[in-house]
Amino acid sequence: MSEFLYLYRGGQSDRSPEKMQQTMQKWMAWMKELGEKGHLKNQGQPLEHSGKLVKGQQKTVTDGPFAEAKDVVGGYTLIEARDLDQAVELSKGCPILEFDGAVEVRPIMKLSM
Amino acid sequence: MDPSDHLFRRESGRMVSVLTRILGVHNLALAEDVVQDAFCRALEVWKFRGMPENPAAWLMTTAKNRALDVLRRERTAQTFAPELTRWLESEWTLAPTVEELFAENAIQDDLLRMMFSCCHPRLPEETQVALMLHILCGFSVAEVAGAFVTSHAAMEKRIGRGKKVLAGSKKLFDIAEARDFGGRLPAVQRALYLLFNEGYHGASPDSAIQVELCQEAMRLAGLLREHPLASTPATYALSALMCLHGARLPGRLDSSGDLQTLGHQDRSRWDAQLITEGERLLELSASGEDLTEYHVEAAIAWMHATADDVEDTDWATIVSLYDQLMAIRPSPVVALNRAIAIGQREGHERGLKELRAISNADRLASYPFYHAALGEFELRSGRGVVAREHFQSALTLARNPTERHFLEQRIAACELATAVRQ
Repeated sequence: MSEFLYLYRGGQSDRSPEKMQQTMQKWMAWMKELGEKGHLKNQGQPLEHSGKLVKGQQKTVTDGPFAEAKDVVGGYTLIEARDLDQAVELSKGCPILEFDGAVEVRPIMKLSM
Repeated sequence: MDPSDHLFRRESGRMVSVLTRILGVHNLALAEDVVQDAFCRALEVWKFRGMPENPAAWLMTTAKNRALDVLRRERTAQTFAPELTRWLESEWTLAPTVEELFAENAIQDDLLRMMFSCCHPRLPEETQVALMLHILCGFSVAEVAGAFVTSHAAMEKRIGRGKKVLAGSKKLFDIAEARDFGGRLPAVQRALYLLFNEGYHGASPDSAIQVELCQEAMRLAGLLREHPLASTPATYALSALMCLHGARLPGRLDSSGDLQTLGHQDRSRWDAQLITEGERLLELSASGEDLTEYHVEAAIAWMHATADDVEDTDWATIVSLYDQLMAIRPSPVVALNRAIAIGQREGHERGLKELRAISNADRLASYPFYHAALGEFELRSGRGVVAREHFQSALTLARNPTERHFLEQRIAACELATAVRQ
């Protein structure tokens, strides 16, 4: 098994309370399924949409966001999968995709000596 | 969390109501933004960390903290609820005041305040109902438009205008003022009645939406019953009629989703518990002098709900109740129902005569069930061809696939009857 990081980007939600509740229920169902199938290494954390950017030798500090709203990383999850293909396949169940969001799937580098 | 538990929607109404009380009615839009923020936050946090033990309390606390942020940040720049200003201005009193305003019993009053405010006399009834559904029941504009089978743009305009009047009214309705309270109460009852009717008789093709509208109306009527000034005989009668009508909802569609007439409904599917509750409320409504349209309509609903079948139904009493209803609150639909009841009691020919005698029948011309009633009595009188024409007129007016399917079946029945006679 290998480890992968899901980075969730964007995904505007509807203004309807009912729709938001349904979205949340989909997320929880998706996470639960990943867990039950043994793919959830760490369900991860949500990230605030604000923050600071510290850059370069000058160590200049600027305010976030660091990207367009639709590209901002809103959270991450650590996944275990057979290979990249499977990790990608599993990510297709993510409800963020229904709202024009994206899942970035990144293999965690293996420390092979 | 049970998906049928509309937690977000319910909490939306509660949060907007308490926030509007604190931030002032002119800041309704700001209150809505704070609520939206709370939901976004819940969505982001819960999907990673799971649901908190008490999700409603979590949402409320989040909204409360956001409100405190806003109050601290903006208090020099703008005014909030005028009667609270001196408590919100000082850091000494701010947090305790807000804490108190978020107490459960305070929120109950806020909901009532909002309910009464939505029934502003400057707003047409249809706008009052739409506002209630939007603000108190947490339906998005698109969902209200869907429930009323109106275009999104038209509903956006209607709700937008309603909010403008509300925000422009400077302060929320004062529920502590007994005289004003009694003066506005009938409008609130009427709006709840219309909300219920939108679910019960409305055009929405989705039976789930119909049930939800009825349930929301019943929930809001429950809030009225809990308030000493609002729990009048008329409120009990209104609640009773909602229960007694609502009890019959599960029987309206058969197991294959087809609309069934009263005579063909499987009465064992009616909700016995709701009928009992309706009877209890009807008893509570029987005090004082007032006989409202709700009393009479509840009595009619009770007659239907407790009859074994159409033949067993006491149509004579129902007709006299409709006579009373025509005297208290005449309307073309009441006249239509009265004519049908007379036809049930005295035969189809008499029913047809009554239907044709309805004084402003032109106002029923676009209502499919007026034509369907004509068709039904014609069919029973053995005039299949004429009956078919009426059902055909009804079919062109059908408001959703369920109604269409039902009327097509009636047309088929007319054709069958005509074929048999030839």
